[in-house]
Amino acid sequence: MKLHEYQAKEVFAEAGIPTPAATLARTVDEAVTAAEELGYPVAIKAQVQVGGRGKAGGIELAADANEARAVADRVLGMELKGYRVDRVLVEDAVDFVNELYVGVTMDRGVGRPVAMVSTRGGVNIEEVATEEPDAIAREHVDPAFGMFDYQARKVVHEAGIDRAVAGDVASVLTTLYELWTERDGADAEINPLMVTDDNEVVAADAVFNVDDDALFRQPDLAEMEEETAGDELEAKAHEYGFDYVHLAGNVGIIGNGAGLVMTTLDLVDYYGGQPANFLDIGGGARAQRVANALEMVFADENADAVVFNIFGGITRGDEVATGINEALDQFDEIPKPVVVRLAGTKAREGMEILDTDRVRVEETLEAAVQAAVAAAEEVDG
Amino acid sequence: MSVLVDQNTRVVVQGITGGEGRFHTEQMLAYGTNVVAGAVPGKGGKQVAGVPVYDTVSGAVREEDADASVVFVPPAFAADALFEALDADVDVVVAITEGIPAQDTSRVYRMLEETDTHLVGPNCPGVITPGEAKLGILPGNIFESGSVGLVSRSGTLTYQIVDNLTSRGLGQSTAIGIGGDPIIGTDFTDALGLFEDDPATDAVVLCGEIGGEDEEAAAAYIDEHLETPVAGFVAGRTAPPGKRMGHAGAIVSGSGTGTAQSKIDALESAGVPVGDTPEEVVDHVADLLD
Repeated sequence: MKLHEYQAKEVFAEAGIPTPAATLARTVDEAVTAAEELGYPVAIKAQVQVGGRGKAGGIELAADANEARAVADRVLGMELKGYRVDRVLVEDAVDFVNELYVGVTMDRGVGRPVAMVSTRGGVNIEEVATEEPDAIAREHVDPAFGMFDYQARKVVHEAGIDRAVAGDVASVLTTLYELWTERDGADAEINPLMVTDDNEVVAADAVFNVDDDALFRQPDLAEMEEETAGDELEAKAHEYGFDYVHLAGNVGIIGNGAGLVMTTLDLVDYYGGQPANFLDIGGGARAQRVANALEMVFADENADAVVFNIFGGITRGDEVATGINEALDQFDEIPKPVVVRLAGTKAREGMEILDTDRVRVEETLEAAVQAAVAAAEEVDG
Repeated sequence: MSVLVDQNTRVVVQGITGGEGRFHTEQMLAYGTNVVAGAVPGKGGKQVAGVPVYDTVSGAVREEDADASVVFVPPAFAADALFEALDADVDVVVAITEGIPAQDTSRVYRMLEETDTHLVGPNCPGVITPGEAKLGILPGNIFESGSVGLVSRSGTLTYQIVDNLTSRGLGQSTAIGIGGDPIIGTDFTDALGLFEDDPATDAVVLCGEIGGEDEEAAAAYIDEHLETPVAGFVAGRTAPPGKRMGHAGAIVSGSGTGTAQSKIDALESAGVPVGDTPEEVVDHVADLLD
């Protein structure tokens, strides 16, 4: 789960990381009032959870009230990478001489947290990481002990940070690491950490992503989660408790188990179709869940046919088939061709139970995908 | 022969009194697994499916000579259960639990480095040596005893490929579901090392997916160390960057690492034939065994 910049800054400030004075605004008038109170210049920043807001026109400076009004008017309500901007952060514009990068994340390959520091702040750090990996100093942390002070000093030194601010940067990193552990961070980043001409450091941006699996023990952060004005079907899937990703293709896909669903997507592509979605309905296939899943792919305008692939496993194929038949009963008509393939325990019995007036049945995964791709093409004309 | 588990493995089930724990204990017993104990704090002295329950894992080890544990404990308490299993010094721990916070797993992984225990998972379907024992939730009836080793990050995809193998008469020595989380105990390289040393395994299927660099590491390991032939499969060729495809670990990062193509390229350059479809993987295995 991603926090908004303003939320992350509240969390950072509470922990003692310096952040610029700022006010959240939801209307143009609120934004102008906030700017007047802060004093100019101010930065007006769209609060949407996407990267590269600056380049996309979501962040701009204002030198006086007229500019503040014009910027707020343009940014509030704009579409930014598919997200509508409904609030802006009005912030004291920091007069900086340098932009640094400080971050903490989990290094999955090593299985340990890693602290990162770079003098190359203010730009896309992933690009820096790919093109000049040596420009980012890294220090792995033993989770049994946490980050020692010397480690913070060391990684700051190795990044080549100016002596005049090294102590403060190390202290920000130490605080960020502690915050990351205490609040179950997935990624915590300050990019840029600005250095002013009198050698103060200020977190001019803040990223804090919480480990979804740890939200149960971070109730106040969980409360910050909100319905983002993103994809409607993805919001629906969230409500139904499906793992779902909306794509743009013509073949809807329902299956069980992440790896097998991904494979089904890949096969749709391999046989010349395009996957419309990833939908994992999870273990078993009770009628209501099947009906909810079908409702989702039926609602997807791009999907012209559906392939439904369930590996029975512990759940028996005949039970799955009964669930599918019951789910089909909930629809007056089946609006798109549905191809079903069952495998595993009692799959054959299951396939015999399925109502072939309403769905087409195939015995192998390959055949089912090919049939769905062909059916979608027929609809496409 | 086989790897990790066999008919002599003595299993303690942590979380045996929960719904999942109870159901799968019955399934494991029905398969012939030697489940000798359960371990649940505060539930010592009870019985589940005829299996005695102990308060602690070390109690189950002491009284019943358990040497492997299967963990069905809910995510909030799972790390503690894993620490307990590691502390009790069992040989194999299979962590079925899905949704353990990553920082918890990181600490478990840290402790694991101090032990000789093989941790499989978390968020995995388990390990099965067909005809001998299964530790986990895999559907036993699709497996057949044979000489193909299988290691996979996914559950149902494993079953799919096993189903294809079995229906072609290609039985399995042991199948290991290593799990879909970003941090896991036994990884591809560890599993390949075990299969390499197993005289009953004549070929291995490596079933990977997008995210991380474990498949690339496995490819390098195969190139340097493996005599046993390997066939591969990689799921997620069509996955868009930045979207988590179900598994916490299955994500192509923004900077382009973890893509299916990089994994396929790495495996192929290590001489591993990679199938475009599950059926094609089985074709490759049949060729390798010829």
